[in-house]
Amino acid sequence: MADIKSLEEKFQSIVDAETKIEPKDWMPEAYRKTLIRQISQHAHSEIVGMLPEGNWINRAPTLRRKVGLLAKVQDEAGHGLYLYSACETLGIERDELFDQLHSGKAKYSSIFNYPTTSWADIGAIGWLVDGAAIMNQVMLCRTSYGPYARAMVRICKEESFHQRQGYEILLTLSKGSEEQRAMLQDAVNRWWWPSLMMFGPTGKESTHSAQSMKWKIKRKTNDELRQQFVDISIGQAEILGVTLPDPDLKYNEETGHYDFGEIDWEEFWNVVKGNGPCNKERLAARVKASEEGQWVRDAAMAYAEKQAKRKSEASKVA
Amino acid sequence: MNNNLLNYVLQISDNAMILGHRLSEWCGHGPILEQDIALTNIALDLIGQARSLYQYAATVDGQGKTEDDLAYLRIETKYKNVLLVEQPNGHFGSTIVRQFLFDAYHYAFYKALVNSADETLSAIAEKSLKEVTYHLRFSSEWMIRLGDGTEESHQKMQDALNSLWAFTGELFEMSDADTSALEAGYGVDLSSVKSFWDEKISEILKMATLEKPEEAWMQSGGKQGRHTEHLGYILTEMQYMQRTYPGQEW
Repeated sequence: MADIKSLEEKFQSIVDAETKIEPKDWMPEAYRKTLIRQISQHAHSEIVGMLPEGNWINRAPTLRRKVGLLAKVQDEAGHGLYLYSACETLGIERDELFDQLHSGKAKYSSIFNYPTTSWADIGAIGWLVDGAAIMNQVMLCRTSYGPYARAMVRICKEESFHQRQGYEILLTLSKGSEEQRAMLQDAVNRWWWPSLMMFGPTGKESTHSAQSMKWKIKRKTNDELRQQFVDISIGQAEILGVTLPDPDLKYNEETGHYDFGEIDWEEFWNVVKGNGPCNKERLAARVKASEEGQWVRDAAMAYAEKQAKRKSEASKVA
Repeated sequence: MNNNLLNYVLQISDNAMILGHRLSEWCGHGPILEQDIALTNIALDLIGQARSLYQYAATVDGQGKTEDDLAYLRIETKYKNVLLVEQPNGHFGSTIVRQFLFDAYHYAFYKALVNSADETLSAIAEKSLKEVTYHLRFSSEWMIRLGDGTEESHQKMQDALNSLWAFTGELFEMSDADTSALEAGYGVDLSSVKSFWDEKISEILKMATLEKPEEAWMQSGGKQGRHTEHLGYILTEMQYMQRTYPGQEW
């Protein structure tokens, strides 16, 4: 036990010295588990997140928008790939991670359990959902686990582009017809609160926070990040000419931040538990893609084996 | 306005548009993450080609239309794509068969179109040829992998091939636009495209251990605006926003 203790101390001192932990380094089992949970949850969010936005690819209003949205959703698949790869460096296979998603054991960001019912939602997701994600992701570029931090640097660049693209969609709507402005306001009304919920429970209820901060997996609390997001969004909402759906939103001279109303935590926990408007559909879509793709994966595997066998037989003859 | 040229350009762009749209339906639903990304790449290439061609068509048309007017405000009977590209995705294998049958045509078509007397068409063909070269490689590899994979995959591929085969004849039919384009020196002789296609199909089917379907009755009409029932649904979805909110900026 003394050995473990000294290993843990050494580990913590590496983390404290801001040196990245790499896959072959010794790490506490709980650190590994926390990372697998967090990175896979993040990867699953990218993959499930393709669905609500993919919902509008066929109906995008112009060719330019169609191409932009298609490329964006494709980027998310790419983010999923980097993250699954980062996760695999911790000693778990992608297939196992998918099984955890499909069985409901692993979670993904609850925001994707809300429906995209209008074109403005595509803009609102870019502005608010990607905006909230970026707050978290910028912090994660400095996370203590090397492969995760490096994946995040790349993801952050693309996410900022997505956010600008989303905001630009909304800006165009804001300068448009009355119908378009109503569409914009309606989307903001629906996405604002769920976006604030994306940062997770407040301090006292966040189970993983303290240890993650000590290991420098996280560097800011959920509440700090949420506040940062609220502060930054106010000016952006003004430019769009939209009202954020919170009567308690007010600048606080003392703190230098915006105060905001109470989040509906009952809704939050219900969506986490599977009772959101689209939980069942989203998961069913992923399970369907996986089940219907089984024969393709089997065939690709069978073909690769045949090829390998043919090659080795050919080399024997030679 | 040169009506023959306009129709010719639309024929090419509608193929790319409708197939790109079909492939984009896969986004987020692919059997393997890497293949989901690959199909989306092809969709992006095709829609990109359609945009260049629609922009050119709008210039030829000379009535101040935009690429979006051409994509979003024409009804089924004005669309000139071949019937093959509007066929539903079905399973991944049937998407691959549709893609392969079209890619082999598309590759040889653009290769010949590079020599078009029309500079814009030639330039678009040159750029597109690079993209389509990759598409053909991708779909050929998957034809082989799934054809020569498991018993189940082999059967699925053979069935998909048999049912899509009836839509291949139309690829090589010379429409009025094709004939006048060829006469004017900016078009492509589809009979030479057919010889490449025949060879490529035989080569890949052999490697895929698949049987070439017997020659039978071929469906046609797309180039003349007579489509299958599927195109109406594609356009209904695709044109929804432009039809519901006419004349707005997005």
